[in-house]
Amino acid sequence: MNELHTLSVGRAQKGLRSGAFSSRELTAAYLKRIEKLNPRLNAFLHVAAEGALKAAAAADKKLSKARKTKTKLPALTGLPIAVKDVLTVANMPATAGSKILEKFVPSYNATAVQRLLDAGVVILGKTNTDEFAMGSSTENSAYGVGRNPWDEERVPGGSSGGSAAAVAAGLAPVALGTDTGGSVRQPAALCGLTGLKTTYGRVSRYGLIAFGSSLDTVGVLAHSAQDAAIILNVMAGYDPLDATTLEGKAPKIKLNGKTSLKELQIGVPKEYFIEGVQPEVTAGVREAIAQLERLGAKIKEISLPHTEYALPVYYIIAPAEASANLARFDGVRYGLRVEDRNLIDMFSLTRGQGFGPEVKRRIMIGTYALSAGYYDAYYGQAQKVRTLIRKDFEDAFKQVDMVAAPATPNTAFRIGAHTGNPLEMYLEDVFTLPANLAGIPGVSLPVGFDSQGLPIGLQLLGPHFSEELLLQVGHVYQQAADWHTITPMTTDA
Amino acid sequence: MPLSREDVEHIALLARLHLTAEEKERFREQLSNILDHISKLQELDTSQVQPMSSVVVEQSRLREDVPGLAMPREDLLSNAPDVAGDQFRVPPILDTSP
Repeated sequence: MNELHTLSVGRAQKGLRSGAFSSRELTAAYLKRIEKLNPRLNAFLHVAAEGALKAAAAADKKLSKARKTKTKLPALTGLPIAVKDVLTVANMPATAGSKILEKFVPSYNATAVQRLLDAGVVILGKTNTDEFAMGSSTENSAYGVGRNPWDEERVPGGSSGGSAAAVAAGLAPVALGTDTGGSVRQPAALCGLTGLKTTYGRVSRYGLIAFGSSLDTVGVLAHSAQDAAIILNVMAGYDPLDATTLEGKAPKIKLNGKTSLKELQIGVPKEYFIEGVQPEVTAGVREAIAQLERLGAKIKEISLPHTEYALPVYYIIAPAEASANLARFDGVRYGLRVEDRNLIDMFSLTRGQGFGPEVKRRIMIGTYALSAGYYDAYYGQAQKVRTLIRKDFEDAFKQVDMVAAPATPNTAFRIGAHTGNPLEMYLEDVFTLPANLAGIPGVSLPVGFDSQGLPIGLQLLGPHFSEELLLQVGHVYQQAADWHTITPMTTDA
Repeated sequence: MPLSREDVEHIALLARLHLTAEEKERFREQLSNILDHISKLQELDTSQVQPMSSVVVEQSRLREDVPGLAMPREDLLSNAPDVAGDQFRVPPILDTSP
């Protein structure tokens, strides 16, 4: 019974339904792990222990009744889950990792959260994040740096670093994250997890505290492709509260037991295998691609010629959208207020004290890029190059079914390694940004370790709404390789 | 292109962001570096390229405008730093001091 925290989502579902263990036992097992390990990892900003145990008790009643009456229950009844602190959960704090929202307690659920609750989940708490999801290391959190369970002197990645650390260390079986420029895939890679970035429009953004509205997506951090698929199926689909969600019923993803990748064409973009990438990462990813080939896939070298422009495009568009989105934090309707004698000074002082350095930098870049005289040169040009980046992928997907590349240029870096140099930090996301600019889905998969024992991530990118194919390939890979089953030693004790 | 201290102050004013003297100097340097990197975009000829204005695959659409209940007012007011009755209270907009 002391191994409850190592179960997959599928096995947890089975165990709960059969009565092998109760939701209370399962929830308590995770809460115990959180109590023991969260002081070291700072993965959770808010633990909802009491509420979780109550919800678990309610789930147990339903589960036992359903067993007696042989009736069907919602898919995730009694399953504990963690939620990144940029998504609202009614009556739980939502800080977005920022001091400006320190006391904000929303009264409503994000749509993704609501659908999970409707499906019966138990929410363990809210996980640490870079402030407003701006960062690649969880060092930009106003509530302390997050730590990587594989090496606590290193970052878990970001911005969904708390969710990644929580799942990797067995503090939650699965967690929600958000991905605006790599914030699910990058921490998944750095923590040895399966990370799903959804197609823009597949999961509602309602209740997601907005960063870059044309880039933001809700995703999943899980141990396996199979676990990610189970959660996605519950969250996805049209939402009248988000006009960019795809209308019509979201097709349910069904992973099959096939073990071969015959007929599959995978493109390997040469622009992702360049100097400056940690050689062990390149080697690990090459080996994983070779394994996909042994499983039957055809591998073809391709080109995504505008890859090198993704970073400059992103660092105009994302800050421009952020500067507009974050204008709402002005000390009037919610969050921090620093009093002053007139309104404008109150706005400026509140924002000056409430936002951390990275958020200020991005607001400044965005404001500059949108300001009179610079708009065409920066924002206008970025939107045009964004078209070229999307077209690169459209051209690629005429030749191949998906693209395989490293998820990150490096394995987990040391805390403090990039804090003095924002550009260096931005470069850690260089391989994940293009998918957000194009709006396409991606999955990062653990495919091995470097010589220091740190996880290496492969990412698969596919056409819009190709999550099923991406997760299926991940599932086939994970039946042949067992990297995703290895958990960090440091947290086993 | 290096930013001047005046540039930084102008942007901060537009963004309603109070910065300390130390922040102004640090941002001047860091933003100059970032803008320098971003200026790489200028090397591409995009005269024949349309700007990407939407990420969604399908056409955007309209829904019926049906009145309905939104969030309860007290919920919306519950997070406000200063409330008077059922309104948000803010400091004076115009300086009324003599």
